[in-house]
Amino acid sequence: MKTLVFVEFEAGKVKKSALEAICFGRQIAAGPVAVVAAAPAGTDFAPLGAYGVDQVLHIADPGFDMPEAQPLATALAQAASQLGADAILLPKTSLTDATAPRLAAKLGAAVASNVMAIVDATPGNFTVKRSVFTGKAFAQTRLAGGKVVLTIKKNSIDVAEGNASAVSVETFAPSIPASDHAVKRISVEKATGQVLLPDAEIVVSGGRGMKGPENWGLIQDLADALGAATGCSKPVSDMDWRPHHEHVGQTGIKVSPNLYIAVGISGAIQHVAGINSSKVIVAINKDPEAPIFKVADYGIVGDAFEVLPKLTAAVKNLN
Amino acid sequence: MKILVCITHVPDTVSKITFSDNNTRLNPAGIQFIIGPYDDYALARAVEIKEANGAQVTVLNVGKADTEPTIRKALAIGADDAVRIDVEPQDAFQVARLIADYVKANPFDLVLMGRESIDYNGGLVHGLVGELLGWPSVSPVMKLDLNGTTATMAKEVEGGKEYVELTLPFVAGCQEPIAEWKIPNMRGIMSARTKPLQVLADTGAALSSEVTSFDLPPAKSAVKIIPSDAAEQLINLLHTEAKVI
Ligand SMILES: Cc1cc2nc3c(=O)[nH]c(=O)nc-3n(C[C@H](O)[C@H](O)[C@H](O)COP(=O)(O)OP(=O)(O)OC[C@H]3O[C@@H](n4cnc5c(N)ncnc54)[C@H](O)[C@@H]3O)c2cc1C
Repeated sequence: MKTLVFVEFEAGKVKKSALEAICFGRQIAAGPVAVVAAAPAGTDFAPLGAYGVDQVLHIADPGFDMPEAQPLATALAQAASQLGADAILLPKTSLTDATAPRLAAKLGAAVASNVMAIVDATPGNFTVKRSVFTGKAFAQTRLAGGKVVLTIKKNSIDVAEGNASAVSVETFAPSIPASDHAVKRISVEKATGQVLLPDAEIVVSGGRGMKGPENWGLIQDLADALGAATGCSKPVSDMDWRPHHEHVGQTGIKVSPNLYIAVGISGAIQHVAGINSSKVIVAINKDPEAPIFKVADYGIVGDAFEVLPKLTAAVKNLN
Repeated sequence: MKILVCITHVPDTVSKITFSDNNTRLNPAGIQFIIGPYDDYALARAVEIKEANGAQVTVLNVGKADTEPTIRKALAIGADDAVRIDVEPQDAFQVARLIADYVKANPFDLVLMGRESIDYNGGLVHGLVGELLGWPSVSPVMKLDLNGTTATMAKEVEGGKEYVELTLPFVAGCQEPIAEWKIPNMRGIMSARTKPLQVLADTGAALSSEVTSFDLPPAKSAVKIIPSDAAEQLINLLHTEAKVI
């Protein structure tokens, strides 16, 4: 199969989730991988060669800086047909969640989201492992037909370099019909200068045990020391102690960081559903019976208000 | 104004999930089924729009007869009528084709559903239906206001939200806090019994994927407890043993 990966850049650097998708791409086809990237003019693509990328279709149009799903689906479908690609991989984000199904319908491809592993890449028997029942189970899913579109769950693979390749870059100007611009952006409200929760390697998350928004400085201090993003439980965002985009769990963001630190969170099954693919879970709770300790790897039974400053100090000592 | 709300019939969020038939099917024993929580938000918003502006709200479920109590609950919450397409849902494409075919035959102004189901967690149906109908689709939508035929919406993006505008018709995948979940009252429950529920036959929508087996994550080993007066030890363990910091 010929693989095409959608790659996003941030501050001139390729995102880790994009490298993960490229590594998945190498498992599908032995040959080099092509990527399509929306990135500013002058972006350096040569470093992608180390990961086995030989071809870049570069969308330099600033309209694709932060694209909507419809024009992006059209652009990716055109890129796939230009290259004859039959496996299109996208790192899973809220944008690609909305894009992948439209792309699949355009290409007449089978589509699977939340993919954690490629089980069998033989066309006709193409099988992936997906996370289902909100992390409570996995499903091996076989995709019919000759073409596949996959969204890749973050942190499902260790990024490794591949057979180094020279990278040829071609400017790619997709032709987007006016009907694809039906969704018009009015404004964007984004937290800036912070580690974003879905991308974070480490998450420090607070629950109702933190008592009120005025105490979040303790969570933030530990997060800053660790270079972590902050998260919270649903009641915390429901009460507006924290913004909704920090709400972790079954009905919020599903995270899969290397380290998740739950502070003053009881560990309700709906919260755990959003964190159970974290590599390591730490629980800090004053109640030794709190269910969070059943899913944690490390725990401290104690008062968060005393424990957090000690942890922050210890991290600073380490650095 | 006609609104279609597509709902899933899924295990309650507290369910313990197990499988039967050689790990190829969900074992329904002891499981309480509910309207998908995200679909429930979509339904609540549709009912609010109906109460504010007037609208006909139809709920649609792709499922076998065992989903009817879930559909009746949606009618009790405030939908006016219901459609069940008599097919066991197995694949996002299959479900999307059935929904799109229904909407082509029965025009709607707005199609709402949850951002994803909490069983397969596909999150694909809204985009597929949008593309199959040639309509825009937006997800995950946290706020939806209608002014005539123009909608203003907030959707979640990594680390924040984006406000967008578009005109009807379109498909939206919904999530909180678009509306508060509605609990059916006695009057709603009584009237739901007599609201129309139409059952449609399979139109033979093709599957494009199938689950060959399910499995459960390995059991977690016991938690390592660090005394609270030696909290700094935790940081050392995370550094030297777990190697995550
Ligand atoms: C359909 C549905 C979907 C849901 N989805 C989600 C979801 O996505 N995410 C989510 O989080 N929840 C979700 N919930 C809610 C969930 O059931 C719990 O109510 C919620 O997770 C509890 O939040 P919490 O742990 O912050 O609060 P609590 O359960 O109140 O726990 C607070 C904890 O803090 C501890 N504590 C108190 N003081 C201290 C202190 N000084 N130091 C240390 N520890 C302290 C307590 O011992 C307790 O364990 C959902 C519920 C439903 C019904």
